[in-house]
Amino acid sequence: MTQLLLFNVTNGLIIGAFYVLMALGLSLILNLSNVINFAHGGFLVIGGYIAYTITPYVGFWGALLIAPLATAVIGLIVERLLIRPLYGRDPLYSLLLTFGLAFLIEDGTRFIWGAQGKPVTVPAVLAQPLSYEFFFITGYRLFMVAMVIISVTLLFVLLRYTRLGIRIRAGTLDLETVSAMGINVRMLRSFNFAVGIFLAGLSGVLAAGQLGLEPTMGTGLLMPSFIAIIVGGVGSLPGTLIGGLLIGVASGVTAVFAPAASEAIMYVLMAVILLLRPRGLLGEEGMMT
Amino acid sequence: MSARERSDHGHQDRHKLAVLLAIWALLILAPYWMPPLGGYTALGTRVLVLALAAMSVNFLLGFTGVLSFGHAAYFGLGAYGAGLALKFLAPSTPLSLICGMLLGGIAGAVLGALIVRRRGVYFAMVTIAFGQVFYYIAFQWSSVTGGDDGLRGFSRQPLDFGAFKIDILANTNAFYYFVLVCFALAVGVMGFILRSPFGRTMIAIRENERRARFLGIAVERQIWIAFTLSCLFMGFAGALYALVNNFADPRGLHYSQSGDFVMMAVMGGMRTFWGPLLGAAVFVVLQDYLSSVTVNWMSFVGVLFILVVLFFPRGLLGFVGRKTQA
Repeated sequence: MTQLLLFNVTNGLIIGAFYVLMALGLSLILNLSNVINFAHGGFLVIGGYIAYTITPYVGFWGALLIAPLATAVIGLIVERLLIRPLYGRDPLYSLLLTFGLAFLIEDGTRFIWGAQGKPVTVPAVLAQPLSYEFFFITGYRLFMVAMVIISVTLLFVLLRYTRLGIRIRAGTLDLETVSAMGINVRMLRSFNFAVGIFLAGLSGVLAAGQLGLEPTMGTGLLMPSFIAIIVGGVGSLPGTLIGGLLIGVASGVTAVFAPAASEAIMYVLMAVILLLRPRGLLGEEGMMT
Repeated sequence: MSARERSDHGHQDRHKLAVLLAIWALLILAPYWMPPLGGYTALGTRVLVLALAAMSVNFLLGFTGVLSFGHAAYFGLGAYGAGLALKFLAPSTPLSLICGMLLGGIAGAVLGALIVRRRGVYFAMVTIAFGQVFYYIAFQWSSVTGGDDGLRGFSRQPLDFGAFKIDILANTNAFYYFVLVCFALAVGVMGFILRSPFGRTMIAIRENERRARFLGIAVERQIWIAFTLSCLFMGFAGALYALVNNFADPRGLHYSQSGDFVMMAVMGGMRTFWGPLLGAAVFVVLQDYLSSVTVNWMSFVGVLFILVVLFFPRGLLGFVGRKTQA
């Protein structure tokens, strides 16, 4: 029983770490640009498939770096061509546009790489379980968690200590003033969008190693990321971090006792939090409400 | 008011009346003009039902300015409500419609109370996430809902007026007219609400929420009522949809279905009353055609979304309206 519980809590944490990576990217874009990026799952899929395609040439480690960067570049192009014209308009329009984009990406990946799922092999070093007793803790899973921790730390360092990051945070609070102080807000938004998409691409590469690749895999990960943001509080990145881990662990623990409810528990959690604390765990009153 | 203005008003009213007459004439005569143009009556029935759903979404989106992106949930609940009523309660078509409508409306009232204080993108996200709850329930609770396969084993019943019966099951034209009457009723009520003082406060909230609040309008309560009403209409449309297909599909509750409804409203023109009808007609016919000629119809729909947002954000009717004004 203890082992089963441990197994599921570990599972929950790992899945939660995933949600965090997805949700942080979504949250970044939402906070600065007021855009709900429905195509975020699509970018995750793009990242995964790019990694799958280039792994034979550059190896796993090369793909781990190149695929998210390539995804970010695609994200930049999309932002420049499709999303930039919508800034300042009703958020409805960017919502609908990214919604259509998600369709297009899903169908496009099916067209290019086929509807069949693709298995992805990870380096042998990472595929081994660490011990027989804790068979579920493979090197790859630890590696995934490490990657999430590293990228989240880097993101928070970027936002807290670099000039660019400070501008992004200031822009989240009051973009108009930031713009009036002579900062190129368009570049700021593009950069911010690219960072968000980079995180989506990275999640895609990591997810591919664990779950394999499928054109629809992004859609399934999108909703938990939404919930992570709502639970943590819209407008707060640390909130998103906590929210993602919380719903991951909650669904992991629930899987022990009632497997059928393991997804429902996320929604229950969200409803309870909205009842008790409408702005979310770390959300600030008045922000984005 | 000067004589000139009055005659302008008279002119506008006549213009409006002519448009209304044209719309209803087209709808009433649809079973006669659609088949020669390559359509079929059942397609017309689907357009009507989905148009009613799009208009219910627009009731909230276009006239209260609240961005709900999870309305398919109440549509799907209406469908399941109607299906379950026919299957387990009594074989009566009117009863099933009422059950579907109530199920959608009650769910909307409960959830609406949780979320009315949110605005903008936050409101959209919460409505999407809560909408998924119902999708999830319909998908998982297979003993009642049929799970992934959907709810089957029921069919719409003949209308029994005591003295005579109308067979809406086998006769497609009779069913079309039955749906048209339901549509007319719902749309009539919707139009009546929008013209009432309550409807005016909805528009006031859309135009300037802060000013509406200063005028003493209880904004949260008004939005909650508008949300609930819109979910009632949505449930009604969903119930009709279950009768159309004799089947309720869990995918009818999914947020991608909500996206389609919002798209219909936007494509037709979301600041106009009749826009969503036009949007639904274009959307349904296009989807019907595309899915018959290409497996990549999803891409076409995706491109359609992007093009409409970038180039026709005011929708077809908004576009026409601007042209005639200028």
